[in-house]
Amino acid sequence: MSSIGTGYDLSASQFSPDGRVFQVEYAQKAVENSGTVIGLRGKDGVVFAVEKIITSKLFEQSTNKRIFTVDRHVGLAVAGLIADARALAETARTEASNYRADYSAPIPVRHLADRLGMYLHAYTLYSFVRPFGCSVMMAAYGEDGPELFMADPSGVHFGYYGCSIGKARQSAKTEIEKLKTSELTCAELIKEAAKIIYVIHDEVKDKEFELELSWVGEHTGGRHQLVPKDVHEAAERYAKAALEEDSDSDEAM
Amino acid sequence: MEFFFHCLQTTLVAAEFPGGVVIGADSRTSTGTYVANRVSNKITRITDSVYCCRSGSAADTQALADIVSYRMAMHEIEMGRPAAVRTVANTFREMCYQYRDDLMAGILCAGYDRTHGGQIYSLPIGGMMVRQKVASGGSGSTYIYGYLDSNYKPDFTAEQCVDFIRKGVSLAIHRDGSSGGVCRVAIITANGVERRTFTGDQLFVPQ
Amino acid sequence: MRFTTSTMDLMPLQASQPFDPSKYRYTGPNVQPRQLPNTRSQAPITTGTSVIGLQFDGGVMIAADKLGSYGSLARYQNIGRLMRVNDHVILGCTGDYADFQFLRDIIDQKMIDEECLDDGIVTRAPALHCWLTRVLYNRRSRFDPLWTTFVVGGLDDDGKPFLGFVDKLGTAYTAPQIVSGMGGHLATPLLREKMDGQPPLSEAAARELLIRCMTVCYYRDCRAFSKFQIATLKAGSIKIEDDLEVKGDWEVAHFSKEHA
Repeated sequence: MSSIGTGYDLSASQFSPDGRVFQVEYAQKAVENSGTVIGLRGKDGVVFAVEKIITSKLFEQSTNKRIFTVDRHVGLAVAGLIADARALAETARTEASNYRADYSAPIPVRHLADRLGMYLHAYTLYSFVRPFGCSVMMAAYGEDGPELFMADPSGVHFGYYGCSIGKARQSAKTEIEKLKTSELTCAELIKEAAKIIYVIHDEVKDKEFELELSWVGEHTGGRHQLVPKDVHEAAERYAKAALEEDSDSDEAM
Repeated sequence: MEFFFHCLQTTLVAAEFPGGVVIGADSRTSTGTYVANRVSNKITRITDSVYCCRSGSAADTQALADIVSYRMAMHEIEMGRPAAVRTVANTFREMCYQYRDDLMAGILCAGYDRTHGGQIYSLPIGGMMVRQKVASGGSGSTYIYGYLDSNYKPDFTAEQCVDFIRKGVSLAIHRDGSSGGVCRVAIITANGVERRTFTGDQLFVPQ
Repeated sequence: MRFTTSTMDLMPLQASQPFDPSKYRYTGPNVQPRQLPNTRSQAPITTGTSVIGLQFDGGVMIAADKLGSYGSLARYQNIGRLMRVNDHVILGCTGDYADFQFLRDIIDQKMIDEECLDDGIVTRAPALHCWLTRVLYNRRSRFDPLWTTFVVGGLDDDGKPFLGFVDKLGTAYTAPQIVSGMGGHLATPLLREKMDGQPPLSEAAARELLIRCMTVCYYRDCRAFSKFQIATLKAGSIKIEDDLEVKGDWEVAHFSKEHA
């Protein structure tokens, strides 16, 4: 890939002759190297699950979180460069705070996705900046029901019923498509989400990972929060059991 | 206190009913004791479903209403849906508070939105904001607090509510030298806005 | 324009330098027309009267009525002046209601920012009290005060009840019982009578005392109102009672011999 840039890939402000902006595509590569993140939109809320790959055994547990709370009602999950993601989360928080101050109401997540998309896009236009090396998913539950959005380094953003980003996004997408997400509740989805992360995790390439889970929905009163410890453990048990069952049936064959 | 610029020493009344709001105002604009305009319209459109009643300096409140309606128009385009009543009121509040030492503006902001139905927000001088079921403002309002308190019912029909407002404005016009002319009302519901003007013998005159 | 010049400027040491008369001309101090100070310190418009706070065994309680006065007009009769800041802090506000709303929104956003960080660190009452003293003192130093008095309640880092006072000038103190506004004259004696030199009140006794204070304030403060709120904070819980009402006793009216 990098060999085909042939000089047109040094700046975000220059097109290649066939109409591509290589810097943006390289930024998307950074996302593709990241641990997988999935978001599932159910009937009463949205859940996030993150496969946080642990690169050193010396890290404390739960450092370098990849799920952020942006405002009481908005969760944000990221794949890609963690430092870029933190800067982006801070931008999102400022947007949410400004909206609250101006309109005395929580920011609609659709609007936040718009704003963050514009911000990401601005970093694809100039030679003196580098695009963000991360994709973000945003979720909320409010007046408009459950909502899930994803924005990538180019600034493009869509609303989703289910979404996956990161290295195993393809297989995660296949798994998500098997679910009828919009008929499931958060309690059911959180287990499925955990299972998908365990299923798509590549034990050969990445040994250790930590599962991060969060949700926002009717049952949390519209607040985005990391799932309680007992729910987290139950989801993890469910995921591991499903995995065992899978490998057992493989052996039987 | 006397103001020699165009001043809406006025009467404003607004009340909620199930399904919407009714707002009303007199039509007198005075300069000192001279009636500069006897048929003015103090019910000003901000968005299709949010209106405001203005009192205080005509210049200040017109400028405010212009700025807020511009911002709300932009907001509506950006968000792809009409601004909520609270959003409009908060935009008023922000400016009324920031410039509280320089503005003479008492505003009632009322309207209808899909999520919260009919709402009225009172924004007196000083830049606070509070939602009320019945609200009044302007110099004339002091004469009719007793009337409003004792006659308002939260289960009014639209027509009962209009009568309630019409009578309130009439009584204030009757006792307040700075209020006068006709009584203009607007009924704001999910179906939009209906404006009415009550003149002469349509006003309530106590015997 | 500079006021001080160094000797080097006044006396060039080298005669070869061209003579510059301006360096030797005494222009006097730089006098400018006297400016009147900016009078931005406003007057309060919509106001709330007293807030009464007290400590009891294991917590704090704050009461305030629900009136927003507009001069002597009892204009807004259903506005809360107590605020639940987070799970550990409550506060009450006397004075300009718009300024209260302004600060309330800022505090609210501070709490959202804190929740977003999700690092387990929470603002407690002494911290918020200290922060308020800085904000209010800063504004009074700019001759643009926030016309308010705050009573902040909660538990300190050791879990002991904390009650703090800050006014529009930034004056601050902590005490087992605090009353802001007119109630300072009316309720303080009642509180001291029941609290000074005595063991901490029980929650029930504290509530009863607070209601007694609100009643006296209602009798004797022209800006007081019958409807009021009480916020009670104990370790791990905050309760705000919203629809309390003073039950006045007017029986004494029948014993009045004045103008009989």
